Amino acid sequence: MNGTTSRPAISATGLCRSYGEHLVLNGLDLGVPEGTIFALLGPNGAGKTTTVNILSTLIGADAGTATVAGHDVARDPDGVRGAIGVTGQFSAVDGLLTGRENLILMADLHKFGKKAGRRRADDLLARFDLVEAATKPASTYSGGMRRRLDLAMTLVGSPSVIFLDEPTTGLDPRSRRTMWDTIRDLVSDGVTIFLTTQNLDEADQLAGRIGVLDHGRLVAEGTSAQLKARISGGHIELTFASAAELNAASRMLQAMSRDDDALTLQLPGDGSVRSLRALFSRLDDAGIEVATVSVHTPDLDDVFFAVTGRPADQSPSDQHSDNELEAVK
Amino acid sequence: MSAYTFTDSATMFRRDLRHTIRYPVMLISSVGVPIVLLLLFAGVFGGAMKTAVAAVAPGASYIDYIVPGVMLMAIGYGCSTTALAVNRDMTEGIIARFKTMRIARTSVLTGHVVGAVIRTLLAVAVTVGVSALLGFRPHASALAWLGVLGIVALLTLALTWLSVAVGLAAKKPEGTTSFILLVQVLPFVSSAFVPTVSMVAGVRWFAHNEPFSPVIDTIRGLLLGHPLGHTGYVAVAWCTGLAVLGFVWARAMFNRDPSR
Repeated sequence: MNGTTSRPAISATGLCRSYGEHLVLNGLDLGVPEGTIFALLGPNGAGKTTTVNILSTLIGADAGTATVAGHDVARDPDGVRGAIGVTGQFSAVDGLLTGRENLILMADLHKFGKKAGRRRADDLLARFDLVEAATKPASTYSGGMRRRLDLAMTLVGSPSVIFLDEPTTGLDPRSRRTMWDTIRDLVSDGVTIFLTTQNLDEADQLAGRIGVLDHGRLVAEGTSAQLKARISGGHIELTFASAAELNAASRMLQAMSRDDDALTLQLPGDGSVRSLRALFSRLDDAGIEVATVSVHTPDLDDVFFAVTGRPADQSPSDQHSDNELEAVK
Repeated sequence: MSAYTFTDSATMFRRDLRHTIRYPVMLISSVGVPIVLLLLFAGVFGGAMKTAVAAVAPGASYIDYIVPGVMLMAIGYGCSTTALAVNRDMTEGIIARFKTMRIARTSVLTGHVVGAVIRTLLAVAVTVGVSALLGFRPHASALAWLGVLGIVALLTLALTWLSVAVGLAAKKPEGTTSFILLVQVLPFVSSAFVPTVSMVAGVRWFAHNEPFSPVIDTIRGLLLGHPLGHTGYVAVAWCTGLAVLGFVWARAMFNRDPSR
């Protein structure tokens, strides 16, 4: 797709997976070059966690093949496990152990030896700003600290491919920023990161390449710039003085989304004078008064709308997300 | 079997041990409750049961009679700790983490089982010690004591593997309670505290045929120096069967696709 020559750290072909009657992955194809960040972007229930679970050998696929770090996930799961680190949606730390003990546990499982293991644990505590909390049980940590400990535990074995399933969900804005910086630092060490997110800004901020997942298949893939180029422009936001006018306008125009409280409509459009003039003359003809107008340059929200036909904050249905939660356990 | 089975299981056992040392509440209650029951039974029923016990176990006092039952209660309480600990690992997601690591696959279960068996045997030893203070006078040879240790360890192993399986199977901690209740109540419907001859026909049939009765009778026979007959074999067969069942079930639960 972007003609890169490095071998893929992750590749998947035709992955299918269903839960009972419900098809979660429907022929997913993926390719992530080494040393890059790939973001799988999609609403709740799009199949993001299922994808991570298959690639990290937690569950099997019904059809299709995948290799991670050169190992086939179905035929050589231990080879995959030796190369990856996984931070799931729900921080998998041992709440009864202290932060330091959690890291030493990981070091022991990676056969570091006593001395080297302790040194590795202390390095990571320092790197993730957990030195002060090192001797407190992880159950007393805040959400952000738990996530940092979780990620630190994932890094103990120096994995070459890291899976991060919604790494910032539930974090406050400051912790989210810290996590973003941490993730960027990881890639400078040459590791490959596969992250999932519902947050368009997050994908935009972190990922070199973004895949838009909808109903179990990739509906768009590319760099943030390439995706934005797929749509002609950004969007236009119209604010109305009354609900009646909002209703009349939304009947007439094909809006991306509407906000009944703010009395606003968002319309696709590049904000060129010509298109604005056409829009206003239509509204004038219909006798609809617009209070204010603002023009937004394209962002990933627009991309999402353009490729799926729906705004990103509207999930297709919430019933899938339960399945995805189950799949984590 | 991975090359690291032993190392990884040892690591997981150290983790379990650390949990016990740091949060000894569960251990204390799994020793405390059987001791309270021991005091209760010996104090309340001791006098009334004298003749009934004399009929089935000549020369034994009531406390001699109930010690095997109290040992089983201690094992039962140990099981609840194990089932809850395994369930917490499962629901907290740390088992998912272990499953994505290149380690001996079921080492986390082995760690739990080894830790639980040691913890439970310790609890059993304490209850036996307290019983001795209350007047428990066994007439067992060294060989018989070894037999007692063997059968207690085997039963503990069996119930522990079952607890691990239940802990893995339950979606929530509450899901383990029916199993725990079963393990804690079954000893009451057995020859543990009253001779089965006094029970109504249906209950007596059940008490004779449930797995705990032969185990209790075997332990009691060994402790009091009574002939065992074939009870010992029945007890060993039950324990082995339950251990295999628990082991196979636990592994199946561990390896199952969590989403189906």
